[in-house]
Amino acid sequence: MSSIRELHRQLTHKERSAVEITQEALERIQALEPKLHSFLHVTADHALEQAQKVDAKIAAGEEISPLAGIPIGIKDNLCTRGIPTTCASRILENFVPPYESAVTEKLTAAGAVMVGKTNLDEFAMGSSTENSAFQVTANPWDLERVPGGSSGGSAAAVAGGECVVALGSDTGGSIRQPASLCGIVGMKPTYGLVSRYGLVAYASSLDQIGPFGRSVEDAAILLGAIAGHDPRDATSLKVSIPDYASTLKPDLKPRRKLKIGVIQETFGQGLDPIVEATVTKAVEQLQSLGAEIQVVSCPQFRYGLPTYYIIAPSEASANLARYDGVKYGFRTKDPDNLLSMYTETRAQGFGAEVKRRIMIGTYTLSAGYYDAYYLKAQKVRTLIKQDFEQAFGKVDILVCPTSPTTAFKAGDKTADPLSMYLTDLMTIPVNLAGLPAISLPCGFDDQGLPIGLQLIGNVLREDLLLEVAYCYEQSTSWHQRSPQL
Amino acid sequence: MIDREQVQKVAHLARLNLTSEEETQFTGQLSDILEYFEQLSELDTSEVAPTTRAIDMSNVSRPDQLQPCEDREIILESAPDRDGEFFKVPKIVNAE
Repeated sequence: MSSIRELHRQLTHKERSAVEITQEALERIQALEPKLHSFLHVTADHALEQAQKVDAKIAAGEEISPLAGIPIGIKDNLCTRGIPTTCASRILENFVPPYESAVTEKLTAAGAVMVGKTNLDEFAMGSSTENSAFQVTANPWDLERVPGGSSGGSAAAVAGGECVVALGSDTGGSIRQPASLCGIVGMKPTYGLVSRYGLVAYASSLDQIGPFGRSVEDAAILLGAIAGHDPRDATSLKVSIPDYASTLKPDLKPRRKLKIGVIQETFGQGLDPIVEATVTKAVEQLQSLGAEIQVVSCPQFRYGLPTYYIIAPSEASANLARYDGVKYGFRTKDPDNLLSMYTETRAQGFGAEVKRRIMIGTYTLSAGYYDAYYLKAQKVRTLIKQDFEQAFGKVDILVCPTSPTTAFKAGDKTADPLSMYLTDLMTIPVNLAGLPAISLPCGFDDQGLPIGLQLIGNVLREDLLLEVAYCYEQSTSWHQRSPQL
Repeated sequence: MIDREQVQKVAHLARLNLTSEEETQFTGQLSDILEYFEQLSELDTSEVAPTTRAIDMSNVSRPDQLQPCEDREIILESAPDRDGEFFKVPKIVNAE
Protein backbone atom coordinates (compact mmCIF):
# COMPACT_ATOMS: atom_id res chain seq x y z
CA MET A 1 0.00 0.00 0.00
CA SER A 2 1.07 3.60 -0.61
CA SER A 3 2.27 6.07 2.00
CA ILE A 4 -0.10 8.12 4.15
CA ARG A 5 0.83 11.26 2.24
CA GLU A 6 0.13 9.65 -1.16
CA LEU A 7 -3.20 8.16 -0.01
CA HIS A 8 -4.17 11.52 1.45
CA ARG A 9 -3.41 13.16 -1.87
CA GLN A 10 -5.53 10.60 -3.73
CA LEU A 11 -8.41 11.13 -1.30
CA THR A 12 -8.36 14.93 -1.42
CA HIS A 13 -8.01 14.91 -5.20
CA LYS A 14 -10.94 12.47 -5.35
CA GLU A 15 -8.90 9.97 -7.35
CA ARG A 16 -9.96 7.24 -4.94
CA SER A 17 -12.48 6.98 -2.13
CA ALA A 18 -11.78 5.90 1.43
CA VAL A 19 -14.09 2.95 0.87
CA GLU A 20 -11.98 1.84 -2.12
CA ILE A 21 -8.77 2.11 -0.11
CA THR A 22 -10.34 0.18 2.76
CA GLN A 23 -11.61 -2.50 0.40
CA GLU A 24 -8.14 -2.88 -1.05
CA ALA A 25 -6.75 -3.42 2.45
CA LEU A 26 -9.50 -5.88 3.36
CA GLU A 27 -8.89 -7.85 0.15
CA ARG A 28 -5.17 -7.98 0.88
CA ILE A 29 -5.92 -9.16 4.42
CA GLN A 30 -8.20 -11.88 3.06
CA ALA A 31 -5.54 -13.01 0.61
CA LEU A 32 -2.61 -12.94 3.06
CA GLU A 33 -4.08 -14.00 6.40
CA PRO A 34 -3.89 -17.72 5.61
CA LYS A 35 -0.10 -17.19 5.39
CA LEU A 36 0.61 -14.41 7.91
CA HIS A 37 -1.99 -14.74 10.70
CA SER A 38 -1.36 -11.13 11.72
CA PHE A 39 -4.90 -10.38 12.85
CA LEU A 40 -6.93 -11.86 15.69
CA HIS A 41 -10.09 -10.09 14.50
CA VAL A 42 -10.69 -8.37 11.20
CA THR A 43 -13.17 -5.52 11.68
CA ALA A 44 -14.41 -5.21 8.08
CA ASP A 45 -17.87 -3.76 8.80
CA HIS A 46 -16.51 -1.25 11.28
CA ALA A 47 -13.80 -0.26 8.79
CA LEU A 48 -16.19 0.29 5.88
CA GLU A 49 -18.53 2.32 8.08
CA GLN A 50 -15.64 4.52 9.19
CA ALA A 51 -14.45 4.89 5.56
CA GLN A 52 -17.95 5.95 4.46
CA LYS A 53 -17.90 8.72 7.06
CA VAL A 54 -14.59 9.96 5.63
CA ASP A 55 -16.00 9.87 2.09
CA ALA A 56 -19.04 11.84 3.25
CA LYS A 57 -16.76 14.48 4.72
CA ILE A 58 -14.78 14.75 1.49
CA ALA A 59 -17.99 14.97 -0.52
CA ALA A 60 -19.21 17.75 1.76
CA GLY A 61 -16.01 19.67 1.05
CA GLU A 62 -14.77 19.39 4.64
CA GLU A 63 -11.09 19.27 5.44
CA ILE A 64 -9.80 15.84 6.50
CA SER A 65 -6.84 14.98 8.70
CA PRO A 66 -3.82 13.16 7.17
CA LEU A 67 -4.92 9.90 8.80
CA ALA A 68 -8.51 10.07 7.55
CA GLY A 69 -9.32 7.02 5.46
CA ILE A 70 -5.97 5.34 6.23
CA PRO A 71 -6.22 1.59 7.06
CA ILE A 72 -4.62 0.89 10.43
CA GLY A 73 -4.04 -2.19 12.58
CA ILE A 74 -4.42 -2.01 16.37
CA LYS A 75 -2.61 -4.32 18.76
CA ASP A 76 -5.15 -6.42 20.61
CA ASN A 77 -4.13 -5.15 24.06
CA LEU A 78 -5.73 -1.77 23.32
CA CYS A 79 -9.35 -1.58 24.41
CA THR A 80 -11.88 -0.93 21.66
CA ARG A 81 -15.48 -0.39 22.71
CA GLY A 82 -17.77 -3.13 21.45
CA ILE A 83 -14.93 -4.93 19.66
CA PRO A 84 -13.17 -7.92 21.29
CA THR A 85 -9.90 -7.16 23.07
CA THR A 86 -8.25 -10.44 24.03
CA CYS A 87 -4.56 -9.69 24.68
CA ALA A 88 -4.14 -13.03 22.86
CA SER A 89 -5.17 -14.71 26.13
CA ARG A 90 -7.81 -17.32 26.90
CA ILE A 91 -8.63 -15.38 30.03
CA LEU A 92 -9.92 -12.46 27.92
CA GLU A 93 -11.14 -14.54 24.96
CA ASN A 94 -14.72 -13.26 25.30
CA PHE A 95 -13.92 -9.82 26.65
CA VAL A 96 -15.63 -6.92 24.87
CA PRO A 97 -14.51 -3.64 26.47
CA PRO A 98 -17.19 -1.20 27.61
CA TYR A 99 -14.78 1.67 26.92
CA GLU A 100 -12.32 2.95 24.34
CA SER A 101 -8.57 3.48 24.78
CA ALA A 102 -7.30 7.06 24.51
CA VAL A 103 -5.21 6.32 21.41
CA THR A 104 -7.96 4.59 19.43
CA GLU A 105 -10.36 7.36 20.46
CA LYS A 106 -7.96 9.91 18.96
CA LEU A 107 -7.46 7.85 15.81
CA THR A 108 -11.20 7.41 15.30
CA ALA A 109 -11.67 11.15 15.71
CA ALA A 110 -8.95 11.68 13.07
CA GLY A 111 -10.87 9.41 10.69
CA ALA A 112 -8.33 6.54 10.67
CA VAL A 113 -9.88 3.25 9.56
CA MET A 114 -9.19 0.36 11.95
CA VAL A 115 -9.16 -2.80 9.83
CA GLY A 116 -8.51 -5.20 12.69
CA LYS A 117 -6.92 -6.14 16.00
CA THR A 118 -3.46 -7.62 15.66
CA ASN A 119 -1.88 -10.67 17.24
CA LEU A 120 0.64 -10.45 20.10
CA ASP A 121 2.39 -12.52 22.68
CA GLU A 122 -0.15 -13.12 25.45
CA PHE A 123 -0.39 -9.92 27.54
CA ALA A 124 2.58 -8.57 25.50
CA MET A 125 4.94 -11.01 27.23
CA GLY A 126 7.32 -12.39 24.67
CA SER A 127 9.68 -11.65 21.81
CA SER A 128 8.30 -13.77 18.97
CA THR A 129 4.46 -13.64 19.13
CA GLU A 130 4.59 -17.42 19.65
CA ASN A 131 3.05 -16.93 23.12
CA SER A 132 -0.31 -15.99 21.59
CA ALA A 133 -3.01 -18.37 22.83
CA PHE A 134 -4.68 -18.31 19.42
CA GLN A 135 -2.23 -18.31 16.52
CA VAL A 136 1.39 -17.98 15.45
CA THR A 137 2.13 -15.02 13.19
CA ALA A 138 4.62 -15.50 10.36
CA ASN A 139 7.38 -13.15 9.29
CA PRO A 140 6.45 -11.81 5.82
CA TRP A 141 10.09 -12.14 4.67
CA ASP A 142 10.23 -15.85 5.51
CA LEU A 143 7.06 -17.56 6.63
CA GLU A 144 8.97 -20.12 8.71
CA ARG A 145 10.40 -17.39 10.88
CA VAL A 146 8.92 -15.31 13.67
CA PRO A 147 7.97 -11.65 13.19
CA GLY A 148 9.43 -10.78 16.60
CA GLY A 149 7.30 -9.67 19.47
CA SER A 150 5.36 -8.90 21.35
CA SER A 151 3.71 -6.65 18.72
CA GLY A 152 4.42 -9.21 15.97
CA GLY A 153 0.94 -9.02 14.46
CA SER A 154 1.17 -5.25 13.95
CA ALA A 155 4.68 -5.53 12.47
CA ALA A 156 3.77 -8.37 10.08
CA ALA A 157 0.55 -6.63 8.98
CA VAL A 158 2.42 -3.43 8.07
CA ALA A 159 5.35 -5.26 6.44
CA GLY A 160 2.93 -7.43 4.46
CA GLY A 161 0.88 -4.43 3.31
CA GLU A 162 -2.30 -5.53 5.07
CA CYS A 163 -2.58 -2.02 6.50
CA VAL A 164 -0.59 1.19 6.09
CA VAL A 165 0.37 1.76 9.72
CA ALA A 166 -0.29 0.08 13.06
CA LEU A 167 -0.09 0.63 16.78
CA GLY A 168 1.92 -1.50 19.16
CA SER A 169 3.08 -1.31 22.74
CA ASP A 170 6.69 -1.47 23.89
CA THR A 171 7.64 -2.53 27.43
CA GLY A 172 11.11 -3.96 26.72
CA GLY A 173 11.35 -3.72 22.92
CA SER A 174 7.96 -4.99 21.78
CA ILE A 175 7.68 -2.39 19.00
CA ARG A 176 11.32 -1.96 17.96
CA GLN A 177 12.35 -5.63 17.88
CA PRO A 178 9.46 -6.78 15.62
CA ALA A 179 9.96 -3.67 13.45
CA SER A 180 13.60 -4.72 13.04
CA LEU A 181 12.77 -8.36 12.27
CA CYS A 182 10.05 -7.35 9.77
CA GLY A 183 12.05 -4.60 8.00
CA ILE A 184 9.85 -1.64 8.92
CA VAL A 185 9.95 1.46 11.15
CA GLY A 186 8.83 1.16 14.78
CA MET A 187 9.08 3.72 17.52
CA LYS A 188 8.83 3.74 21.29
CA PRO A 189 8.16 7.28 22.50
CA THR A 190 9.30 8.85 25.78
CA TYR A 191 7.54 7.32 28.78
CA GLY A 192 4.47 9.50 29.34
CA LEU A 193 4.22 11.02 25.83
CA VAL A 194 1.27 8.82 24.79
CA SER A 195 -1.68 8.14 27.07
CA ARG A 196 -2.03 4.52 28.17
CA TYR A 197 -5.66 4.87 29.18
CA GLY A 198 -7.24 1.68 27.84
CA LEU A 199 -3.95 -0.17 27.28
CA VAL A 200 -4.11 -3.45 29.18
CA ALA A 201 -1.33 -3.07 31.74
CA TYR A 202 1.69 -5.37 31.71
CA ALA A 203 4.55 -3.52 33.51
CA SER A 204 3.30 -0.03 34.29
CA SER A 205 6.64 1.69 34.91
CA LEU A 206 7.78 0.63 31.42
CA ASP A 207 4.75 0.27 29.09
CA GLN A 208 4.44 2.78 26.26
CA ILE A 209 2.35 2.84 23.06
CA GLY A 210 3.93 3.70 19.72
CA PRO A 211 3.63 3.59 15.92
CA PHE A 212 4.68 1.18 13.15
CA GLY A 213 5.01 2.34 9.55
CA ARG A 214 6.82 1.45 6.35
CA SER A 215 8.52 4.83 6.42
CA VAL A 216 9.73 7.30 9.02
CA GLU A 217 7.23 9.84 7.75
CA ASP A 218 4.27 7.49 8.24
CA ALA A 219 5.45 6.69 11.77
CA ALA A 220 5.88 10.42 12.49
CA ILE A 221 2.36 11.23 11.31
CA LEU A 222 0.89 8.45 13.46
CA LEU A 223 2.93 9.47 16.51
CA GLY A 224 1.73 13.07 16.18
CA ALA A 225 -1.87 11.84 16.16
CA ILE A 226 -1.62 9.76 19.36
CA ALA A 227 0.74 11.88 21.50
CA GLY A 228 -0.41 14.38 24.08
CA HIS A 229 -1.53 14.83 27.67
CA ASP A 230 -4.48 12.88 29.04
CA PRO A 231 -5.69 13.32 32.63
CA ARG A 232 -6.90 9.70 32.62
CA ASP A 233 -3.27 8.47 32.66
CA ALA A 234 -1.46 9.80 35.75
CA THR A 235 1.94 9.27 34.09
CA SER A 236 0.95 11.35 31.06
CA LEU A 237 3.28 14.31 30.53
CA LYS A 238 1.95 17.85 30.15
CA VAL A 239 3.99 18.87 27.12
CA SER A 240 3.16 20.46 23.80
CA ILE A 241 3.44 18.13 20.83
CA PRO A 242 5.41 19.39 17.81
CA ASP A 243 4.25 18.59 14.30
CA TYR A 244 6.80 15.78 13.87
CA ALA A 245 6.10 15.09 10.21
CA SER A 246 6.38 18.68 8.99
CA THR A 247 9.96 19.18 10.23
CA LEU A 248 11.42 16.16 8.39
CA LYS A 249 14.09 17.21 5.90
CA PRO A 250 16.17 14.92 3.74
CA ASP A 251 19.58 16.23 4.84
CA LEU A 252 21.41 16.81 8.08
CA LYS A 253 23.14 20.00 6.98
CA PRO A 254 21.03 22.30 9.14
CA ARG A 255 22.17 20.04 11.98
CA ARG A 256 25.84 20.30 11.11
CA LYS A 257 26.94 19.95 14.71
CA LEU A 258 24.87 16.84 15.33
CA LYS A 259 26.76 14.33 17.47
CA ILE A 260 25.92 10.68 17.34
CA GLY A 261 27.30 8.24 19.90
CA VAL A 262 27.88 4.57 19.16
CA ILE A 263 27.27 2.49 22.30
CA GLN A 264 30.42 0.38 22.42
CA GLU A 265 28.94 -2.23 24.79
CA THR A 266 26.39 -3.27 22.16
CA PHE A 267 29.05 -4.47 19.72
CA GLY A 268 31.07 -7.66 19.92
CA GLN A 269 30.11 -10.78 21.81
CA GLY A 270 26.62 -12.13 21.18
CA LEU A 271 26.08 -9.93 18.14
CA ASP A 272 25.55 -11.64 14.80
CA PRO A 273 28.59 -10.58 12.64
CA ILE A 274 26.39 -9.58 9.70
CA VAL A 275 24.26 -7.40 11.98
CA GLU A 276 27.44 -5.83 13.34
CA ALA A 277 28.84 -5.16 9.86
CA THR A 278 25.54 -3.75 8.59
CA VAL A 279 24.99 -1.44 11.55
CA THR A 280 28.61 -0.27 11.32
CA LYS A 281 27.95 0.64 7.69
CA ALA A 282 24.84 2.54 8.71
CA VAL A 283 26.89 4.52 11.23
CA GLU A 284 29.35 5.41 8.43
CA GLN A 285 26.41 6.54 6.36
CA LEU A 286 25.24 8.82 9.18
CA GLN A 287 28.75 10.24 9.28
CA SER A 288 28.76 10.89 5.56
CA LEU A 289 25.44 12.72 6.02
CA GLY A 290 27.24 15.18 8.25
CA ALA A 291 26.98 13.76 11.77
CA GLU A 292 29.99 13.66 14.05
CA ILE A 293 30.44 10.10 15.33
CA GLN A 294 31.80 9.30 18.79
CA VAL A 295 32.17 6.05 20.64
CA VAL A 296 30.42 6.25 24.01
CA SER A 297 30.29 3.84 26.89
CA CYS A 298 27.23 2.73 28.85
CA PRO A 299 28.98 0.32 31.24
CA GLN A 300 25.76 -0.88 32.85
CA PHE A 301 23.99 -1.59 29.55
CA ARG A 302 24.29 -5.37 29.86
CA TYR A 303 22.67 -5.34 33.30
CA GLY A 304 19.50 -4.06 31.69
CA LEU A 305 18.27 -7.55 30.89
CA PRO A 306 18.37 -9.07 34.39
CA THR A 307 17.05 -5.78 35.80
CA TYR A 308 14.12 -5.82 33.41
CA TYR A 309 13.28 -9.46 34.06
CA ILE A 310 12.91 -8.64 37.75
CA ILE A 311 11.03 -5.34 37.44
CA ALA A 312 8.65 -6.26 34.61
CA PRO A 313 7.44 -9.60 36.08
CA SER A 314 7.11 -7.98 39.53
CA GLU A 315 4.81 -5.33 38.12
CA ALA A 316 3.05 -7.91 35.96
CA SER A 317 2.32 -10.15 38.94
CA ALA A 318 0.52 -7.22 40.56
CA ASN A 319 -1.23 -6.02 37.38
CA LEU A 320 -2.48 -9.49 36.48
CA ALA A 321 -3.90 -10.13 39.96
CA ARG A 322 -7.10 -8.55 38.62
CA TYR A 323 -7.88 -11.60 36.49
CA ASP A 324 -9.89 -13.47 39.09
CA GLY A 325 -12.92 -14.60 37.11
CA VAL A 326 -15.33 -12.30 38.96
CA LYS A 327 -16.21 -9.23 36.93
CA TYR A 328 -15.20 -10.04 33.34
CA GLY A 329 -13.28 -12.52 31.26
CA PHE A 330 -13.04 -16.28 31.66
CA ARG A 331 -14.15 -18.22 34.75
CA THR A 332 -13.56 -21.93 35.33
CA LYS A 333 -16.65 -24.14 35.20
CA ASP A 334 -18.38 -25.09 38.46
CA PRO A 335 -15.71 -24.15 41.01
CA ASP A 336 -16.05 -25.74 44.46
CA ASN A 337 -15.28 -22.59 46.37
CA LEU A 338 -13.90 -19.08 45.95
CA LEU A 339 -10.24 -20.04 46.22
CA SER A 340 -10.52 -22.79 43.63
CA MET A 341 -12.39 -20.37 41.38
CA TYR A 342 -9.34 -18.10 41.46
CA THR A 343 -6.67 -20.76 41.15
CA GLU A 344 -8.46 -22.78 38.45
CA THR A 345 -9.57 -19.74 36.46
CA ARG A 346 -6.00 -18.50 36.37
CA ALA A 347 -4.54 -21.96 35.71
CA GLN A 348 -6.80 -22.48 32.71
CA GLY A 349 -6.87 -18.87 31.51
CA PHE A 350 -3.16 -18.03 31.40
CA GLY A 351 -0.52 -19.53 29.11
CA ALA A 352 2.91 -20.81 30.17
CA GLU A 353 4.92 -17.58 29.73
CA VAL A 354 2.37 -15.48 31.60
CA LYS A 355 2.36 -18.00 34.45
CA ARG A 356 6.16 -18.00 34.44
CA ARG A 357 6.33 -14.22 34.75
CA ILE A 358 3.65 -14.12 37.45
CA MET A 359 5.69 -16.72 39.34
CA ILE A 360 8.97 -14.79 38.94
CA GLY A 361 7.31 -11.53 39.99
CA THR A 362 5.50 -13.04 42.95
CA TYR A 363 8.77 -14.56 44.11
CA THR A 364 10.89 -11.41 43.67
CA LEU A 365 8.30 -9.33 45.55
CA SER A 366 7.76 -11.85 48.35
CA ALA A 367 8.89 -11.33 51.92
CA GLY A 368 12.57 -12.09 52.37
CA TYR A 369 13.42 -11.67 48.67
CA TYR A 370 12.18 -8.14 47.97
CA ASP A 371 15.45 -6.41 48.88
CA ALA A 372 17.66 -8.93 47.10
CA TYR A 373 15.71 -8.78 43.83
CA TYR A 374 13.16 -6.02 43.35
CA LEU A 375 14.91 -3.27 45.32
CA LYS A 376 18.28 -4.27 43.87
CA ALA A 377 16.85 -4.08 40.35
CA GLN A 378 15.39 -0.63 41.02
CA LYS A 379 18.83 0.54 42.15
CA VAL A 380 20.54 -0.89 39.07
CA ARG A 381 17.87 0.86 37.06
CA THR A 382 19.18 4.12 38.49
CA LEU A 383 22.71 3.23 37.34
CA ILE A 384 21.47 2.41 33.83
CA LYS A 385 19.61 5.72 33.70
CA GLN A 386 22.75 7.56 34.83
CA ASP A 387 24.77 5.93 32.03
CA PHE A 388 22.35 7.37 29.50
CA GLU A 389 22.35 10.78 31.19
CA GLN A 390 26.12 10.89 30.97
CA ALA A 391 26.09 9.78 27.34
CA PHE A 392 23.57 12.50 26.45
CA GLY A 393 25.90 15.02 28.05
CA LYS A 394 28.27 14.27 25.15
CA VAL A 395 26.07 13.40 22.18
CA ASP A 396 22.58 14.14 20.80
CA ILE A 397 21.62 10.68 19.59
CA LEU A 398 22.81 7.17 20.46
CA VAL A 399 23.01 4.37 17.95
CA CYS A 400 23.18 0.58 18.24
CA PRO A 401 21.59 -2.51 16.67
CA THR A 402 17.91 -3.12 17.50
CA SER A 403 18.22 -6.89 17.71
CA PRO A 404 21.38 -8.99 18.06
CA THR A 405 20.17 -11.29 15.24
CA THR A 406 17.78 -11.29 12.32
CA ALA A 407 14.47 -13.20 12.53
CA PHE A 408 14.83 -16.69 14.00
CA LYS A 409 12.82 -19.78 13.10
CA ALA A 410 9.52 -20.45 14.87
CA GLY A 411 10.09 -22.95 17.68
CA ASP A 412 13.83 -22.22 17.96
CA LYS A 413 13.69 -20.52 21.34
CA THR A 414 10.42 -21.69 22.87
CA ALA A 415 11.96 -24.44 25.00
CA ASP A 416 14.42 -22.13 26.74
CA PRO A 417 12.85 -18.95 28.18
CA LEU A 418 16.23 -17.33 28.90
CA SER A 419 17.38 -17.64 25.29
CA MET A 420 14.16 -15.86 24.26
CA TYR A 421 14.71 -13.11 26.86
CA LEU A 422 18.21 -12.46 25.46
CA THR A 423 16.75 -11.26 22.15
CA ASP A 424 15.69 -8.04 23.95
CA LEU A 425 19.21 -7.19 25.10
CA MET A 426 19.51 -4.04 22.98
CA THR A 427 16.05 -2.58 23.50
CA ILE A 428 15.39 -3.09 27.21
CA PRO A 429 17.77 -0.46 28.72
CA VAL A 430 15.88 2.23 26.78
CA ASN A 431 12.60 1.35 28.52
CA LEU A 432 14.29 1.30 31.93
CA ALA A 433 15.44 4.88 31.29
CA GLY A 434 12.11 5.98 29.75
CA LEU A 435 13.79 7.28 26.58
CA PRO A 436 12.44 7.49 23.03
CA ALA A 437 13.95 5.17 20.42
CA ILE A 438 13.25 4.16 16.85
CA SER A 439 14.16 1.12 14.78
CA LEU A 440 14.46 1.46 11.03
CA PRO A 441 15.70 -0.83 8.24
CA CYS A 442 19.44 -0.59 7.49
CA GLY A 443 20.10 -3.66 5.37
CA PHE A 444 19.56 -7.37 4.87
CA ASP A 445 21.48 -10.49 5.79
CA ASP A 446 22.60 -13.15 3.28
CA GLN A 447 19.23 -14.87 3.57
CA GLY A 448 17.34 -11.72 2.68
CA LEU A 449 16.18 -11.04 6.23
CA PRO A 450 15.94 -7.41 7.36
CA ILE A 451 18.33 -5.80 9.84
CA GLY A 452 17.29 -2.89 12.07
CA LEU A 453 19.18 0.19 13.21
CA GLN A 454 18.21 1.57 16.61
CA LEU A 455 18.49 5.29 17.29
CA ILE A 456 17.95 6.42 20.87
CA GLY A 457 17.10 10.00 21.80
CA ASN A 458 17.13 12.02 24.99
CA VAL A 459 13.86 12.54 26.91
CA LEU A 460 11.20 14.09 24.65
CA ARG A 461 13.53 14.42 21.66
CA GLU A 462 11.25 12.48 19.33
CA ASP A 463 11.56 15.41 16.92
CA LEU A 464 15.34 15.05 16.56
CA LEU A 465 15.13 11.27 16.50
CA LEU A 466 12.65 11.34 13.63
CA GLU A 467 14.69 13.96 11.75
CA VAL A 468 17.85 11.86 11.91
CA ALA A 469 15.98 8.65 11.08
CA TYR A 470 14.34 10.36 8.10
CA CYS A 471 17.65 11.65 6.80
CA TYR A 472 19.22 8.22 7.00
CA GLU A 473 16.19 6.58 5.40
CA GLN A 474 16.07 9.05 2.50
CA SER A 475 19.74 8.40 1.76
CA THR A 476 19.15 4.64 1.45
CA SER A 477 16.66 2.41 -0.35
CA TRP A 478 16.12 -0.28 2.27
CA HIS A 479 12.62 0.92 3.10
CA GLN A 480 11.57 0.56 -0.52
CA ARG A 481 12.01 -3.21 -0.51
CA SER A 482 8.95 -5.35 0.12
CA PRO A 483 8.63 -9.04 0.92
CA GLN A 484 7.45 -11.33 -1.89
CA LEU A 485 4.11 -12.69 -0.73
CA MET B 1 18.07 -21.80 43.85
CA ILE B 2 14.37 -22.54 44.16
CA ASP B 3 12.92 -25.93 45.08
CA ARG B 4 9.60 -27.54 44.37
CA GLU B 5 8.19 -26.62 47.75
CA GLN B 6 8.98 -22.93 47.19
CA VAL B 7 7.42 -23.11 43.73
CA GLN B 8 4.24 -24.48 45.32
CA LYS B 9 4.27 -21.72 47.92
CA VAL B 10 4.73 -19.00 45.29
CA ALA B 11 2.00 -20.53 43.11
CA HIS B 12 -0.34 -20.38 46.08
CA LEU B 13 0.52 -16.72 46.69
CA ALA B 14 -0.14 -16.02 43.00
CA ARG B 15 -3.41 -17.99 43.08
CA LEU B 16 -2.23 -20.30 40.33
CA ASN B 17 -3.09 -23.97 40.41
CA LEU B 18 -0.08 -25.64 38.77
CA THR B 19 -0.04 -29.19 37.43
CA SER B 20 2.70 -31.50 38.61
CA GLU B 21 4.44 -31.15 35.21
CA GLU B 22 4.30 -27.35 35.49
CA GLU B 23 5.80 -27.53 38.97
CA THR B 24 8.69 -29.60 37.67
CA GLN B 25 9.22 -27.33 34.67
CA PHE B 26 9.01 -24.08 36.66
CA THR B 27 11.35 -25.38 39.37
CA GLY B 28 14.06 -25.86 36.73
CA GLN B 29 13.34 -22.74 34.67
CA LEU B 30 12.90 -20.38 37.60
CA SER B 31 16.16 -21.63 39.12
CA ASP B 32 17.97 -20.83 35.85
CA ILE B 33 16.36 -17.39 35.67
CA LEU B 34 17.11 -16.55 39.32
CA GLU B 35 20.69 -17.66 38.80
CA TYR B 36 20.89 -15.32 35.81
CA PHE B 37 19.73 -12.46 38.08
CA GLU B 38 22.73 -13.14 40.35
CA GLN B 39 24.99 -11.06 38.08
CA LEU B 40 23.40 -7.94 39.56
CA SER B 41 25.29 -8.62 42.79
CA GLU B 42 28.47 -7.66 40.90
CA LEU B 43 27.31 -4.05 41.20
CA ASP B 44 27.75 -2.08 44.40
CA THR B 45 24.45 -0.28 44.92
CA SER B 46 24.81 0.54 48.61
CA GLU B 47 24.84 4.28 47.85
CA VAL B 48 22.31 4.21 45.00
CA ALA B 49 18.71 5.36 45.30
CA PRO B 50 16.09 3.15 43.63
CA THR B 51 14.27 4.34 40.49
CA THR B 52 10.55 3.75 40.74
CA ARG B 53 9.45 5.55 37.60
CA ALA B 54 11.08 6.14 34.25
CA ILE B 55 10.41 9.88 34.11
CA ASP B 56 10.19 11.83 37.36
CA MET B 57 6.92 13.57 37.98
CA SER B 58 5.67 15.44 41.00
CA ASN B 59 2.31 14.61 42.55
CA VAL B 60 -0.36 14.53 39.91
CA SER B 61 -3.71 15.81 41.01
CA ARG B 62 -6.95 16.77 39.32
CA PRO B 63 -10.19 18.37 40.47
CA ASP B 64 -12.43 15.83 42.18
CA GLN B 65 -15.35 16.11 39.79
CA LEU B 66 -18.01 13.49 39.27
CA GLN B 67 -17.87 11.77 35.90
CA PRO B 68 -20.64 9.63 34.45
CA CYS B 69 -19.89 5.92 34.86
CA GLU B 70 -19.85 3.56 31.89
CA ASP B 71 -23.18 1.85 31.21
CA ARG B 72 -23.91 -0.28 34.31
CA GLU B 73 -25.80 -2.92 32.36
CA ILE B 74 -22.90 -3.46 29.91
CA ILE B 75 -20.47 -3.85 32.81
CA LEU B 76 -22.70 -6.38 34.59
CA GLU B 77 -23.27 -8.20 31.31
CA SER B 78 -19.49 -8.71 30.97
CA ALA B 79 -19.42 -10.79 34.15
CA PRO B 80 -19.08 -14.58 33.85
CA ASP B 81 -22.04 -14.92 36.24
CA ARG B 82 -24.53 -12.41 37.61
CA ASP B 83 -27.67 -12.30 39.67
CA GLY B 84 -29.68 -9.22 38.81
CA GLU B 85 -27.59 -6.24 39.77
CA PHE B 86 -24.91 -8.33 41.51
CA PHE B 87 -21.77 -10.16 40.40
CA LYS B 88 -22.29 -13.79 41.40
CA VAL B 89 -19.44 -15.84 42.94
CA PRO B 90 -19.33 -19.25 44.64
CA LYS B 91 -20.27 -19.44 48.28
CA ILE B 92 -17.43 -18.00 50.35
CA VAL B 93 -18.42 -18.88 53.91
CA ASN B 94 -17.26 -22.47 53.64
CA ALA B 95 -14.02 -21.62 51.87
CA GLU B 96 -10.74 -22.04 53.75
